Amino acid sequence: MLNGNTDKIWELLNTVPDPEIPVISVVELGVIRNIEFINDSYLISITPTYSGCPAVKTFQDDIKTCLTNNGVDNFELKLIYSPAWTTDWMTEKTKEKLLKYGISPPSKTVICPQCKSTSTTTISDFGSTACKSFHSCNDCLEPFEHFKCI
Amino acid sequence: MSLLDYTLRIADSSLISAQRLSEWCSKGPTLEEDIAISNISLDLFGQANGFLEYVSELDGNKTVDDFAFKRNEREFFNFKITEQPNGHFGDTIVKLFLTSAFNFLFYTKLSGSKNEKLSALAAKSLKEVKYHLKHSRSWMVRLGDGTEESNKKIQESLNSLWQFTGEFFEMDKVDTEISKSGLGVNNLSIKEDWNKIINTTLSESKLIRPKDGYMQTGSKRGIHTEHLGHLLSEMQYLPRAYPDAKW
Repeated sequence: MLNGNTDKIWELLNTVPDPEIPVISVVELGVIRNIEFINDSYLISITPTYSGCPAVKTFQDDIKTCLTNNGVDNFELKLIYSPAWTTDWMTEKTKEKLLKYGISPPSKTVICPQCKSTSTTTISDFGSTACKSFHSCNDCLEPFEHFKCI
Repeated sequence: MSLLDYTLRIADSSLISAQRLSEWCSKGPTLEEDIAISNISLDLFGQANGFLEYVSELDGNKTVDDFAFKRNEREFFNFKITEQPNGHFGDTIVKLFLTSAFNFLFYTKLSGSKNEKLSALAAKSLKEVKYHLKHSRSWMVRLGDGTEESNKKIQESLNSLWQFTGEFFEMDKVDTEISKSGLGVNNLSIKEDWNKIINTTLSESKLIRPKDGYMQTGSKRGIHTEHLGHLLSEMQYLPRAYPDAKW
């Protein structure tokens, strides 16, 4: 695929799941910042969610696998730091997916993904991954994770 | 060369803090705290990696791994507080709080650097450091304003670690040159805000601010406490024993 159709690349990358939260894609996560076609090659700019996020390496490999399997071999991945990744880039649709999956999406008010209560307690600002905090619901008492706003 | 030296100091403080905190992994007092400290360590490793990538680019010869794994004590320029042993949980919290308060203010300023690389890395780090400060600050209050024993222990931690806080506000030739050219931070300009964060937190924690006595110095010249060598011997063991080993 040498025709420079960047829409097709966006489409393909939208099938690559986030390694930690497979219900959303790397595109929905907002880590794919730009795709350009320069000198017969796709330049894909990626930004990490958190500086030390171990998933960065994994999703770079997953992107390479996806593109290669779809016959695209003329591409280069570039890691960029600016602008810094923010949860503001997540669309409402993506947030709904997270909530349905059992993760309270990034928002000022933490919502329990089980019973949708907004009466919750923070257990810890750090959860199973760098991007999440840990909470429990005061109504249904279930523990759950929340995507931190950064 | 001073830009390289300046960036390397930032990278080193992040790297050594990260390595030290990682020692808590699987040994935290509770599962939540184990995860929290390991995550903070991971953020700091990531930040160190970002700054070291830039150092490596400025150097043009040595790789990120060369900088992390092939230097000896005297070639490291991290603040001495970052290499201090973890001690008990209260010691670690005090260390984390004092350094996170500094990092928060430092990265806030550095994100306005005229140097695009430094400003981008600082803006990124700042988002993470805010959580480190929030977390360690809340533990300062819980332990300080906790039981008689927790108050006594954390006050002792504070008293013994205080001597390492002077280094945050030292300015040598490199710092002065970089800050004057608008690339870096004049650390003296954040001292007042640092004092504010510390004083407010300590009063809420029912802790007494130690008096400034003898203040440790030297890390900007590569002079360290004994603890750094032991930390490096563990961190650098594998690449030293098996050069060029691939993961």
